[in-house]
Amino acid sequence: MQLLHDIFFTLLLTIRDVIPILAILLGFQLLVLKRPIPNLKRTITGFIYVLLGLGLFLVGLDKALFPLGKLMAQQLTNPEFIQQGLHSVSGILQWQDYLWVYLFAAAIGFATTVAEPSLIAVAIKAQAVSGGAISTWGLRLAVAVGVSLGIALGTFRIVTGTPLHFYIVAGYIVIIIQTMFAPRLIIALAYDSGGVTTSTVTVPLVTALGLGLASTVPGRSALIDGFGLIAFASLFPMITVMGYAQIVQWREKRAGSQHGKDKIENDS
Amino acid sequence: MKQARKGILVPIQNSIRDLLPIILVIAFFQYAVLKQPIPNLGEILTGAVLVILGLTLFIRGLEIGLFPIGEAMAYGFARKGSLAWLIIFAFALGFGTTIAEPALIAVADEAADVAALGGMIENSGDSRYSYALGLRITVALSVGIAIVVGVIRIIKGWPIHYLIITGYVGVVVMTTFAPKEIIGIAYDSGGVTTSTVTVPLVTALGVGLASSIKGRNPMTDGFGLIAFASLTPMIFVMAYGMVI
Repeated sequence: MQLLHDIFFTLLLTIRDVIPILAILLGFQLLVLKRPIPNLKRTITGFIYVLLGLGLFLVGLDKALFPLGKLMAQQLTNPEFIQQGLHSVSGILQWQDYLWVYLFAAAIGFATTVAEPSLIAVAIKAQAVSGGAISTWGLRLAVAVGVSLGIALGTFRIVTGTPLHFYIVAGYIVIIIQTMFAPRLIIALAYDSGGVTTSTVTVPLVTALGLGLASTVPGRSALIDGFGLIAFASLFPMITVMGYAQIVQWREKRAGSQHGKDKIENDS
Repeated sequence: MKQARKGILVPIQNSIRDLLPIILVIAFFQYAVLKQPIPNLGEILTGAVLVILGLTLFIRGLEIGLFPIGEAMAYGFARKGSLAWLIIFAFALGFGTTIAEPALIAVADEAADVAALGGMIENSGDSRYSYALGLRITVALSVGIAIVVGVIRIIKGWPIHYLIITGYVGVVVMTTFAPKEIIGIAYDSGGVTTSTVTVPLVTALGVGLASSIKGRNPMTDGFGLIAFASLTPMIFVMAYGMVI
């Protein structure tokens, strides 16, 4: 009964969040473009699926993933747990002692990104538009690797307390250099993949990890040092997606097979 | 009959596969690293089933509802040929979807706590509320402007990297002037603005526009709207931190 209540309540919240979007779409379609909605019945069914799907998805995350994930983030960052595997004799925690935290950050970053619905949406679109040159899984894995690297480095930053903007500016420089060499076809998509990764599944867990870490590492403030993980998670996918395209291009060049290259050039 | 069953089974299998990495990561860390049993296993399994069902429905709805309407509207605007209405629509979509975004509301509240703690605003409920509301409006404005700039870029066919690199320079310059406390939140705000419903819609809009305008390539010109929407909030939030 509690479950049904939760589902119903979350569904109402989802509808409330989607209503402004729906109002804008309908308002412009009917009043400005003065056109009927194409395939009205199918579109309405689609919207109902989206609302219902998102509602169930959120309730499920709240029931299954978030409590456990947040608990694990707390336990892994707990000084008592870290003390167990201590390397230094002095009893003062060094950045190396947080190895499990970095590994957890990398693993959970990868796993939540694979399940991120908005990334799936962009990947489906990219595959359709590129005529299959960019596969949904290739893109999603490239982005997931990026988020994984980004969040691991972000937790390292919180532990060491180095300023956030050094990392971000360094990341920007790498992106600008990559932009000069990456295939033109991929650039806009790579930039987009930074923003889509951090959504429904990733943000709550990563935020819990950041706040947990910042509140237990000595000398860090949860309010100031706890932020910044999302920024890492949005930055690194751009690097890995362009990197993925560069590797594909390089391998095709090396193999000397004109076939794949022609395909990309024909599409652009 | 067999066909119909296949039509439901395959998407569910896909959703299970999408969720599998999370299950493996959680199980590994819980059993092998923390060495603890998983609490409330029954509830967690129920939750997992709901997530799988929800993801399956969402993806289906995306394909038959959100993508087609986004593209239909893009074609509609391209045929109408009115740049002014397209810009108003782009702004409304960016602003309207961001102002009510739950993730943004959460971040704005946290930012207000930081500001109160740092002595930038008075530590009272009222001033924190107006700070958070001001921040939300700022971010929503910045996303609205971002989508407008992105749409103009698609129409004009400007290369995206010049605009993005200019944005990066803006972020770096603002970082040197903004109060230290706001920087982390500002950087994070870029990532939280784009929600699960907005992303497919905006992507379909961009790709639809690029496909319906002659001389534009949906791949190189159609993507990129989300990139703008993740960049401008950083600049605007830092500016907000400097002004308040």
